[in-house]
Amino acid sequence: MHLAYPAVLAALLFCTGLYGVLARRNAILVLMSVELMLNAVNLNLVAFDVWLRDTLHSGQALTLFTIAIAAAEIGIGLAIVLAVYRNRGSSDIDRLRDTAETDEADAEIDAADAADAASVSADAQPHRRAEPAGKSTNAGTTTNAEATS
Amino acid sequence: MTHSIASPLAAAVADHPGFLSPTGVEIAFVLVGLATLGAAVITVTTRQLVHAALWLVVALGGLAVEYLLLTAEFIAWVQVLIYVGSIVVLLLFGLMLTRAPIGRSPDADSGNRWVALGVALAAAAALVWIVVDAFRTTWIDLEGPAQGSTAVTGAFLFRNWVLPFEALSVLLLAALVGAIVLSRKHDTDAAVRSAPDTAARRDQGRSKGEGPGKEGQS
Repeated sequence: MHLAYPAVLAALLFCTGLYGVLARRNAILVLMSVELMLNAVNLNLVAFDVWLRDTLHSGQALTLFTIAIAAAEIGIGLAIVLAVYRNRGSSDIDRLRDTAETDEADAEIDAADAADAASVSADAQPHRRAEPAGKSTNAGTTTNAEATS
Repeated sequence: MTHSIASPLAAAVADHPGFLSPTGVEIAFVLVGLATLGAAVITVTTRQLVHAALWLVVALGGLAVEYLLLTAEFIAWVQVLIYVGSIVVLLLFGLMLTRAPIGRSPDADSGNRWVALGVALAAAAALVWIVVDAFRTTWIDLEGPAQGSTAVTGAFLFRNWVLPFEALSVLLLAALVGAIVLSRKHDTDAAVRSAPDTAARRDQGRSKGEGPGKEGQS
C-alpha cells in the first residue's frame, strides 16, 4: 500500500478536528473534535509502525497508550463540563468569559484595586459587568471552589 | 533519517506499480477513508448535537477498518471497544446531562466559524502537500505475517513496554478518582439540586452567599 494514503487521510482528519475545535460552541462537541484529532495521530502512528517494521512496535504501543489517555481525558473533560454546566447553566465555551481579559475590565480592576485591594471579590466583579448585577457569580464560583478543593 | 530508512526498501519500491494501478487493499483503504472523512466532516458541521455523536461512531468505526487494513488487528478491536463502545457512550451521556437540545440548534457554531474554516483549510493544504511530497515514493509492505495480531501485540507490550503500561494504569486510576471528585455532589448542592431550573439554582446559591477563597478557582 502506498504510504501517502494513510498519511493524507490522517492529515485531513486532523484538520477536520482542528476546524471542529475552533468552530464549535458546545464544549462536548469540542471534545468530540479533539477525539478526531487524536484518532488522526493514531492512524499515523499505526501506518508508520507498519511501514518501518519496528521490532519494538513503538507505534502500536504508543497508539494503545494514546487510546487509554484519550479515555482518561474524555472522562475528566466531561466531569469538568458537567461541573461547569451545573454551576453556570450552560456549556457554551464562548459564554464562559469570567477570566477574559479586556481593556475595560483592566481599567476597572485598577479602580477596584485602588478602592479595596484586599477584597477577594473585587476583581471578579468587573468581569461580569455585562450581565445584570453579577448574577450567578456567587453561585458559580462558590460551588466551583468547593468542587475542586 | 528518511533516506537511511528508505534505502533498504528501494528494492521493494522498485517493483511496486504506483498510483495508476492500485491494489485491492488500496482501493478498500481509499473507499473506507472517504467514508471516514465524510463522517468526520459531518460530525464537525452538523447542527444536531446528538447526530454529531452518532456520526462520530461512523468515523471511528471507519478508522477501525483502516487499522484492520493496515494489519493492526488488536488496535482495531481496541478502537471498537474503547472509542465506539465507551467514549461515544460517555459523550452521549454528557450531551444528555447537559440538556443538549434535540433537533437543530441554530447556535452550534460560534462566531469565528469562517476564521476556523480558513485555518483548517490552510493547515490541510500545507500538511497534504508536505506529506505527499515527502512520501511519494514509499510503499508499505503488507505481505508476511500480520504485525499487529494479538500474539505480537501481547509480546511487545509485555516484553518491551511493561513499565509504561503499568504507569498508564496508575494514570487511569488517577483519572477515575479525579472524575469522581469533580462530579461529586456536595451538601450545598443537595439543596440546590431540588430547584426546578437553573435560574432558581442560581438564586439559591446566591442567597447562601458563603464561600471564602473563591478567587483562586474562578
